[in-house]
Amino acid sequence: MPPLLLVENLAIAFGDVTVVRDLSFHVDRGDSLAIIGPNGSGKSVLFKALVGSVPFRGVIEWSPGVRIGYVPQKLDLERDLPITGNDLLVAKRRVVQSDQDVEALATRVGLSDEIHKPIGTLSGGQFQRLLVALALIGAPDVLLLDEYTSGVDVPGQQRLTELVSELRTERGLTVLSISHDLSVVYRSATNVLCLSRDHPCIGPPRKVLTPERLEEIYGAPVEFHVHGT
Amino acid sequence: MALEVTALALSIITASVAGLVGCFAVMRRMTLAADAFSHVALPGIGIALALGIHPLFGATAMLMFGAVIIWALERRTRIATETVIGVVFSTALAVGSLMSSGEQLVDALFGGPGVLTIGELVFGAAAALAIGLFIFTQRNRLILWLVSPEIAKTSGIDVTRLNLIFLMMFALTVALGLRYLGVLLMGSLIIIPAVTAKRLARNLNQMLGYAIGSAILATVVGTVVAHRVHRPTGPIIITASAALFAVSLIRRRR
Repeated sequence: MPPLLLVENLAIAFGDVTVVRDLSFHVDRGDSLAIIGPNGSGKSVLFKALVGSVPFRGVIEWSPGVRIGYVPQKLDLERDLPITGNDLLVAKRRVVQSDQDVEALATRVGLSDEIHKPIGTLSGGQFQRLLVALALIGAPDVLLLDEYTSGVDVPGQQRLTELVSELRTERGLTVLSISHDLSVVYRSATNVLCLSRDHPCIGPPRKVLTPERLEEIYGAPVEFHVHGT
Repeated sequence: MALEVTALALSIITASVAGLVGCFAVMRRMTLAADAFSHVALPGIGIALALGIHPLFGATAMLMFGAVIIWALERRTRIATETVIGVVFSTALAVGSLMSSGEQLVDALFGGPGVLTIGELVFGAAAALAIGLFIFTQRNRLILWLVSPEIAKTSGIDVTRLNLIFLMMFALTVALGLRYLGVLLMGSLIIIPAVTAKRLARNLNQMLGYAIGSAILATVVGTVVAHRVHRPTGPIIITASAALFAVSLIRRRR
């Protein structure tokens, strides 16, 4: 069976600055790929290339008809936009012609009346939850999550990570997730892709998340705590 | 009299679509660009007058061309867009003013009096219909695109095409208002009701509603007052629209 996503010899450059060079990997259906790397290593840019929103060289091949739900890291929005979460959820539902129950979805990510308030009045964490709900409309086959729990309180983080893992088991959802939380990566990812200037690597967490590898990736010793070990 | 009523009806319809398009223009952060953009109509009017064709065609063609220029530039970098709009479109105003003579110029800048021709009415009605249809059928796509082009893309929206059509509809809206507001003021009828609505509204439907409402109110009040005091309509419409904005400032923010 061909992979869900095939990336070959990918290079992304802005003017003279090469952000990603010579990157190859593939993702199979049902995988949970964590993408790690220091700031500026091109993680978010990689996601933008994967959805076709920045120019690139090389091959990015999604399996035909695949539906992507994308949770961006941050949005450059004015705080006084008179757009509510409900406006966004309903807009996407109509565009992708889904009949999903918007209120139920909001509840599932831990939002309730907040979806009827202007998005600029939501807290960072509430807005992140809204973006996750927005990504889930239209029954995506794959989720691209760019630090989707940043700014979310601890119970909220647990709720969102549990939701994503439930969706993986329920629907066989494939997840690509950019994260800085190595202990979460260790527990939840089936594979880890590390981006760093000189040493891109991919492999299961046990192989990649070793002290030596991490020092290579981040250029400094990195410690992380694996719960339950 | 019948034609005057028709003309007022057309300006009300124009105000409505200006309010609608303005909402998305303001949310797209082209508040200032919108104003400079409308100046590009002037050389179009100049060329049309020199060639002896209807100024509206020259203006519309030039505005469409301007829309394509912005679109092409925005595909490169964002900063360049602002710069180019500032330089190129203001130069268009200068060049356009060299190409037209005194009275023509004042009419083109501030809107001219005189009776609307049947052709102008038909063009106005058709353009307004096209713009209104575009906004109502594409509003969901426009909202997703405004919030995040990536979310729009992953929802299956062709954002490059949507952006081009939006800019062309914006250009068409400017063309619609040229006759009675002129090159200098049409940008204001698109922007001011929309920023007024943005202050008052708490959701998208409210914003669209308030924008249409305040644009129509300003147009009707402006037309009636202008008639009474025997002054050109355009400047009074914009003053009325700005007065409504001032009133919106009084309202305490949520």
